[in-house]
Amino acid sequence: MRDTSELANMKDAIMAAIIDLATEHEDVCMLEADLESCLGSSGFHKQFPQRFFNCGIAEANMVGVAAGLSSMGFVPYADSFGVFSSRRAYDQFFLSVGYAKQRVHLIGTDPGVVAQVNGGTHMPFEDIALMRQVPDLIVIDPSDAQSCYELIKQAYDSKKSSYLRAGRRGATHRYSAGAKIELGKGIVLEEGKDLAIIATGETMVNESVKAVALLKEKGIHATLIDLHTIKPLDTALIEKVAKATGRVLVCENGRYAGGVGEAVAAHLAKTCPVKMDFVNVGERFGEVGNLAYLVKAFAFDSESIAAKAENLLKK
Amino acid sequence: MLDAQIIEMLRQKATDIRVATIHEIAHLGKGHIGGAMSIVEVLTYLYYHEMNVDPENPKKEGRDRFVCSKGHAGPSVYATLALKGFFPKDWLETLNVGGTNLPSHCDMNKTPGIDFTTGSLGQGASAAAGIALGQKIRGEKSFTYLMLGDGESQEGQVWEMAGFASTQKLGNLIAFTDFNRMQLDGYTKDIYCMDNIDTRWLGFNWHVQRINGHDFTEIDNAVQNAKSVTDRPSMIICDTVKSQGYKPGVGVKANHSMAVSAEDEASSIAVLTGGAK
Repeated sequence: MRDTSELANMKDAIMAAIIDLATEHEDVCMLEADLESCLGSSGFHKQFPQRFFNCGIAEANMVGVAAGLSSMGFVPYADSFGVFSSRRAYDQFFLSVGYAKQRVHLIGTDPGVVAQVNGGTHMPFEDIALMRQVPDLIVIDPSDAQSCYELIKQAYDSKKSSYLRAGRRGATHRYSAGAKIELGKGIVLEEGKDLAIIATGETMVNESVKAVALLKEKGIHATLIDLHTIKPLDTALIEKVAKATGRVLVCENGRYAGGVGEAVAAHLAKTCPVKMDFVNVGERFGEVGNLAYLVKAFAFDSESIAAKAENLLKK
Repeated sequence: MLDAQIIEMLRQKATDIRVATIHEIAHLGKGHIGGAMSIVEVLTYLYYHEMNVDPENPKKEGRDRFVCSKGHAGPSVYATLALKGFFPKDWLETLNVGGTNLPSHCDMNKTPGIDFTTGSLGQGASAAAGIALGQKIRGEKSFTYLMLGDGESQEGQVWEMAGFASTQKLGNLIAFTDFNRMQLDGYTKDIYCMDNIDTRWLGFNWHVQRINGHDFTEIDNAVQNAKSVTDRPSMIICDTVKSQGYKPGVGVKANHSMAVSAEDEASSIAVLTGGAK
């Protein structure tokens, strides 16, 4: 059990987990797409030079090579920005990894608006939807460093493939080492009777925590779920909070179509229909700006979330 | 150097594989006969002379591996594996039948002896590079053989792999291009010209040879040369005839996937086995 509270960045938590796994397991190897310095995978490169390969700016090939390595018994971690890991190398991940039943862990950094000044070309809004289509894949969107570390390790132990979407710079420290963090099980951060907010990823959970506080000042008590695992979906918890509150607001740093909101809505439609609303990027493309600007511009901020929650109570 | 006896054995095996491939496709009624027939000599050479594989233990550690990236050539790969003993020959009559272990495109999770799943063109190239890299990490003396199509090599992923494999100095990766000059819609020269393929691979710093892909002596010389080159991957460009050995398809523009009737089967097999009238 590693304590990640001293780690300054999410990328440090990602690499700590992968390096710890590589130390424990000789089958772990790592592939990069010319973003070694961006993720900090140079630490892996230095420590395990025989198991590290920078594949250059050729993500489709990188994922295919990872699949080939998997067929040789290795467990590759392949990294790029989320747009390239998901959209550009999607067919390779779907077929050479998913369909071929190989075991590859794909990392897509800077999810949604987190790409900030890299702008619209670098903002993966669709990665959740794409990765949800890959049968039996684990999709993780952790909200802090400790859960990021734990979930990467649990995904390795699952013997399945995974897709991780996480930021690189800065880190939220929400959970302590030893906290109960379980792959596929959402974490209840707050319990309230009026509505349930289901949030995924660091940006949305952080804003939702603040939104819950704002709502509390107005006498509205919201349940808050950190849905760190998008697939498999924690349907039991979703159903439970929907039944308990009758209103569900789903917040994701991505697109509705095929995203977490749609997944939650689809499940509740057949099991427990409730009044719902959604926070996401809608029909927009990305744009440049710092995170504070983008959070506001896309109405991801706590005030906007709280306003949506209030409106949902009026429905 | 292959002696006359081995060449004769390989010729006979190639004929057997062609006969089995035609029967396999005729039993279904249609299939990818053109590109399956053009790679038969390379398949025969690899499985009956060169590769360290064990039909009794298809997943044997340290074996050589073969990735048929032009996955639609599955029928002749299956015929080769069946005749070699990887699975019963009567499976060949199940090609593409629901629930079969022999799908149109190669599937490592269904067919014993298939080393990687292919079908989406270009993807087998990277998988083969990954396999060769894995062999290298493990310190194996084994080789990875990769079969690409000339039409397939229009896919960008092939060239992403080309640069990666030479950068990694994958001397244990030996690739073939089935240069039959045809693709689904017709001739490569009319659709997407591949005529400068030698210089493309040379440009990616591969060891490049060009041979008659239906001549066992040339295949043998090229593979042995390739094995001696350890500091870079090898490409053996095989000039071939699409549908070679299946007479009704030779020279036919639409021979990528064809209907093969019982009469076609009988007449073409008669030509192959010397029984033609």
